[in-house]
Amino acid sequence: MTTETHETDAIIIGAGPCGLFAVFELGLLGLKTHLVDILDRSGGQCAELYPEKPIYDIPAIPMCTGQELTDRLMEQIKAFDPVFHFQEMAEGLTKLDDGRWELTTDQDTKIVAHVIVIAAGGGSFVPKKPHLDGLADYEDTSVFYAVRKIDAFAGKRIVIAGGGDSALDWALNLQPVAAKVTLVHHRDGFRAAPASVDAMHALVDAGKMDFKIAQLGGVIGDGTKMKSVHIKSKTDGKSEIPADALLPFFGLTMKLGPIANFGLNLNENLIPVDTEKFETSIPSIFAIGDINTYPGKLKLILSGFHEAALMSQAAFLVCRPGERLRFQYTTSSSDLQKKLGVR
Amino acid sequence: MKVHVTDLEGKTKEIEGTIGWTLMEVIRDGGVAIKAECGGACACATCHVYVSDEWMEQTGERTEEEEDMIDLALDVQDGSRLACQIELTEALDGLKVSLARDAVL
Repeated sequence: MTTETHETDAIIIGAGPCGLFAVFELGLLGLKTHLVDILDRSGGQCAELYPEKPIYDIPAIPMCTGQELTDRLMEQIKAFDPVFHFQEMAEGLTKLDDGRWELTTDQDTKIVAHVIVIAAGGGSFVPKKPHLDGLADYEDTSVFYAVRKIDAFAGKRIVIAGGGDSALDWALNLQPVAAKVTLVHHRDGFRAAPASVDAMHALVDAGKMDFKIAQLGGVIGDGTKMKSVHIKSKTDGKSEIPADALLPFFGLTMKLGPIANFGLNLNENLIPVDTEKFETSIPSIFAIGDINTYPGKLKLILSGFHEAALMSQAAFLVCRPGERLRFQYTTSSSDLQKKLGVR
Repeated sequence: MKVHVTDLEGKTKEIEGTIGWTLMEVIRDGGVAIKAECGGACACATCHVYVSDEWMEQTGERTEEEEDMIDLALDVQDGSRLACQIELTEALDGLKVSLARDAVL
């Protein structure tokens, strides 16, 4: 992997609504931004958890869905040309001799900037892991939470657990190459797309796939290689499925992740900030949105927008020392309108 | 009204409930750690609780939307519910639930 070092004014960790609006507020002040997000697209919780659900409390927008809010924010910040680093987790943070920060991601991307803006919501979205003894011993060798290469599963006996679209899609996609696919789900009902469920049932009826109404009970192996998966069923009790690979698909959950090691003061996985600059315990590292805490904090998107605006004022003074911060309105400022690309 | 919430260590806490609130809201405000990541939108499964056997009839059936979300829950049992989908009523005074692991970890 070639390591490229990017340089910018502000690195925003998290491309949810607050991170996206921070691009806007920083952009109005002439500051460039890079965003790092573990998901493969922008929107954060709005995109991952409730893209179709309605939101009624965005000022001046009586109703929009999580996805619509994301789309509108993306349109609003387009002129500022932010750089997105998707499917990357912010991992390491180092202070450079010139006072700037160097952020490293788990994909070895390096970004240097004057300020860090943590807009990470509830933390990084990571796969939910079944609570099975010894599971961790087989992760990345026999247990996988994502499929990177279908070929890697050719000729393997695979157990797929879950009832959502990921479980069904991968059961269908891996079936042609695998020696055997067994789908394990706690009920004969699925939240996945009906067409996928129908296709799965057709394969099961044709004897080309197994479906067990059961839950995962355990993994058996020699400590390095998994040999079988135990399942437990309400009707049939416990049984064992010989398997080379286990793919649990139970969606994502949020974990604070490596941010916890940045050296910031934390309060129960939240980052305390002041309410003038929304700065953390470390100067030039800011935190906005659901991840911060202060007296009176409300976890609302609109609060995060406000925090982004105030944070940007403080970030400007760090990025452009000695320059005067000019307060202007988008309605009247030709300078701002030029930045927005509307003039 | 009261609800009794048992955590992963087996400790039970009596929490003052409010009629009309959801069980998730009173657990969260009652000082028991519950993830409830989506904030009560029935869009995740991180307020997963097990309703004790004797309360399953009073808490009623899972909604269809809830049933779908429970597909993302771990260790699903008969009493599995999403706490954000249980609205507290007078009839639920004394309700006993225990937190599922995926509501905490």
